[in-house]
Amino acid sequence: MVTVKEILETMDYGPGAENPAEVRAWLATHGRFGHFIAGAFTASSAVRAVQNPATGAVLAEVARGSAEDIAAALAAARAAQAGWAALPDQARAEALHALARQLQKRASFLAGLATLDTGTPIRESRDPDLAQAVRAFQHAAGHAALRGMDHPGRAPHAVTGVVLAPALPLMGLATAIAPVLAAGGTVVVVPAPEAPLAALAVAEICAETGLPAGVVNIVTGDADTALALAGADLDRLIFAGTTEAGRAARRASAAHGPALSLRLDGSSPALVFPDADLDAAVEGVVAGWRAGGQLPSAGARLLVAEAVAEPFTARLTARLAKLQVGDPLARGSDIGALVSEAEATRLAALIAATEAEGAVALRPVDPLPETGAFVAPTLLLGTAPATPLNATPLRGPVATLMTFRTPAEAVELANASRFGAAASVWSENITLATDIAARLHTATVWINSTAIFDAAAPAGARRDSGFGATGFEAALAPRPPRALPEAATGGLDAAPASGPGTIPGAVEAAQKAAGWAKMSSHGRAQVLRSIAETLSRRHTEIAARLHDAGHDAGEVAATIELAVRAAALADADAGHLAATGAQMQTLLRAEPLGVIGIASQNAQPLLGLAALVLPAIAAGNRVVAIPAEAFPAAATELAQVLASAGLPAGVATLVSGPRDALASVLAGHDEVAALWYCGTPETAARLRTDTAASLKPVWCPVPQDWAAAPIRATLAEAQQHKTIWLPYGA
Amino acid sequence: MTQTHPRNPGHPLDPSWFEQIAVNTPAAEARVADLTARRGLTREWQAAWLVNAIRCIDLTTLAGDDTEARVARLCAKARRPLADHILEGLGLEALTTGAVCVYPTMVGAAVRALAGSGIPVASVATGFPAGLMPLPLRLAEIRYAVEEGAAEIDIVITRAHVLRADWSALYDEIAAMREASGAAHMKAILATGELGSLANVYRAAMVAMQAGADFIKTSTGKEAVNATLPVSLTMVRALRDYGARTGARIGFKPAGGLRTAKDALAWQILMREEMGRDWLTPALFRIGASSLLGDIERQLEQHVTGRFASSSRHALA
Repeated sequence: MVTVKEILETMDYGPGAENPAEVRAWLATHGRFGHFIAGAFTASSAVRAVQNPATGAVLAEVARGSAEDIAAALAAARAAQAGWAALPDQARAEALHALARQLQKRASFLAGLATLDTGTPIRESRDPDLAQAVRAFQHAAGHAALRGMDHPGRAPHAVTGVVLAPALPLMGLATAIAPVLAAGGTVVVVPAPEAPLAALAVAEICAETGLPAGVVNIVTGDADTALALAGADLDRLIFAGTTEAGRAARRASAAHGPALSLRLDGSSPALVFPDADLDAAVEGVVAGWRAGGQLPSAGARLLVAEAVAEPFTARLTARLAKLQVGDPLARGSDIGALVSEAEATRLAALIAATEAEGAVALRPVDPLPETGAFVAPTLLLGTAPATPLNATPLRGPVATLMTFRTPAEAVELANASRFGAAASVWSENITLATDIAARLHTATVWINSTAIFDAAAPAGARRDSGFGATGFEAALAPRPPRALPEAATGGLDAAPASGPGTIPGAVEAAQKAAGWAKMSSHGRAQVLRSIAETLSRRHTEIAARLHDAGHDAGEVAATIELAVRAAALADADAGHLAATGAQMQTLLRAEPLGVIGIASQNAQPLLGLAALVLPAIAAGNRVVAIPAEAFPAAATELAQVLASAGLPAGVATLVSGPRDALASVLAGHDEVAALWYCGTPETAARLRTDTAASLKPVWCPVPQDWAAAPIRATLAEAQQHKTIWLPYGA
Repeated sequence: MTQTHPRNPGHPLDPSWFEQIAVNTPAAEARVADLTARRGLTREWQAAWLVNAIRCIDLTTLAGDDTEARVARLCAKARRPLADHILEGLGLEALTTGAVCVYPTMVGAAVRALAGSGIPVASVATGFPAGLMPLPLRLAEIRYAVEEGAAEIDIVITRAHVLRADWSALYDEIAAMREASGAAHMKAILATGELGSLANVYRAAMVAMQAGADFIKTSTGKEAVNATLPVSLTMVRALRDYGARTGARIGFKPAGGLRTAKDALAWQILMREEMGRDWLTPALFRIGASSLLGDIERQLEQHVTGRFASSSRHALA
């Protein structure tokens, strides 16, 4: 036994490991876990062992979910959904509050369980993992209470499939399911194979708090189980995992085409400018390695101004030496184990390969524990953007450090990445920092901060890091479209059809028109207003042409109204502030997607095209649109109107031709950021499959009467939010 | 008990060491919150760290009604900060506070009361706490305290020089005070609660060290806001940077606002994490406090006896 006198010599902290007795008792009671379906655990059949990655010890055995298990869970979720959605808003809100309270009450149990299961230090399992899970349910309860008032008549996506990543499993689960439950949807969750236990514990708590059976269902298993869920008949799918797994999920879900949110890998940059608080930036690197750096938002590429590269590197190296790596149950551990031996081996190999190429690896931490999935915090010097590691998701406490000379170069280096999860910007110059934040192609930008999460500002993803919103509004289904009036088919026009070869040229023109996105929203509104006026002047003439070709002359008036509204919306809204922490500005900045490929429906040849093109450009996108084959002359008219209204060249290019074939060309063009297709279900499914490689969002509204479609919904598809976090304090 | 330590030789005023400094307040706040949350201490370790805090305390009385008898009582507590049964229970033989800190007119009484103990007497000086007296009077006050036997002088700076960014005036003033202190170690009180920003705290700290301060100290205890962790973090980083440039090891003294055993642990964790083990010795770390010792003694008694302690069982300071 060490004496006070001895400690006074060393001034060590001493051991501080927690004893998760309650967790061990719980695991012993359950022994072998079945799935949680319709409010109860099923009998377990085919099993797989779950290991503690810090020790290799087997914690429990869980079932390996089959397609039948998924089907059973899905049936339970479907059966429960109508009743759950029919509850009064206040009752659903109260159920979520009860869940949040119970999670809080079981905090030390849940955090201990998550730490055993994932290897994440106990302190981080408490906060952010558990703390943000509680917050997610509390925040969602607020949305539930306001649903009828804020969104009268809106139905939720009925059943949502959720596939979770292993890091921070409580936060991951709650962030995904809480908004869904609030909206009145039900869920089938496949937790990560490495870390399924937290989800099972939460399921049990759901049952204890009296959540109706079937609202939350958990099917454990492996990658095949996750893919079986992705391929099931879901209304919505939230998929977190590696980018490759995300592609597979995109393909698996293509046939049913659920609304899709992907949260995949990252290789997030941290940009350190010469006027930064360098100590704060150094702490930011360390704080970014929450959950061992396994989140897509973890800083993996440190981009440091040459002017301060030397002191920054010295300070960071000194800081890394103070990190305590070891027993995740010890309160003093800063970095625990990675989620699996396989991940640790993979990362060690990546580092070794990079060192073999000449990079210098700094690992100032003391020897690591001899067993377990531990990786020393590592700083790699001497890499270049061309070094493969800089294009590889790291998923561990590892970063490269490269230098830049100017802010423009910093942005160029940061954006030269296939990923788009998050970035941090370190500068005390607010003018510079906000400009950089606007120019980064990431869904989250933390200014002088990092790894801050809050349910009021759900994190997005871009590029190979994923797409699709999460949060409450994303849990609501689109309003059912109004069916088309009995088709006035109209005659086919003899306008020249262009071949697939014209698409790349149109995309190139669109890329050159990037100035459209930088224009003020007021400026864009003026152009849209001018489009409305030009259409009004030619109203009679175009209406007559439509009428003569057998279409509804009323499309012109509807299109004018649409243009006026698009102008108004362009001028009205550029995002909002989210209610997050104290002393924090959290800006949800609405940004365009880039170049949107559009293939419009055959009916309503003018309105059906304009209803997609005008909101898209109002949001600052450029479009390459394939008009209806039925009456391309309408497109020719629209093109003339756009040009004479002063729309800059390249902002909207209309390419006539075989729609579905051209849409495939758009799907296969990596510079096309998103694809909108309004046509047959078969082609829609094919396009979703075709875009798995480029991971672009595909929106396939069914052919409909666009005069009745809410323009805000289209505008929402045309925008993505960038969350900019700016902590303030004198 | 207190080790002698090489003096800070100082450095000619060089504003380039601090003019460009950026200190991000929310980041500093986040760092200290994280720091104390990540490093916990329990049982023997907590007891040992609390004992160490006692070793580093400048046991202080700076009140208008101080008398020689009151100072003598304080000195008796400094010699024997823990009741014998607590000390024995901890397995320790001897323990004193780091120093006793008094007004200049009380230095003589303190020196007499501490004779033979090895505990140094620290004196505040230079028109404490506001410092707004003519410089010759302030320097004379230092000399008086040194002549009375003070081994350490806690000077206050002219806040106006910082607020007006008049670094040469600040440097000259502190350098003159250092000279007047002679062999006595000089602690420079920055009165951080009146400097307006963490960047100013860093700048003032750096000027004080360039002018030869052996210790930098947060507060007089009389400002509206005294020692806080973000301010302390900023000052500690300044002394780290000064040390990196000059090799000199500067001490740090938070003062005012540290009242609980928990505070004593938090500040020690800050020192250990930012500076390392050497900055947990009285040569490089002091805590200016009056009531803190009482709370530490209660905590330690509880550690030894297992009972919640009553202060009525402990000797008054």
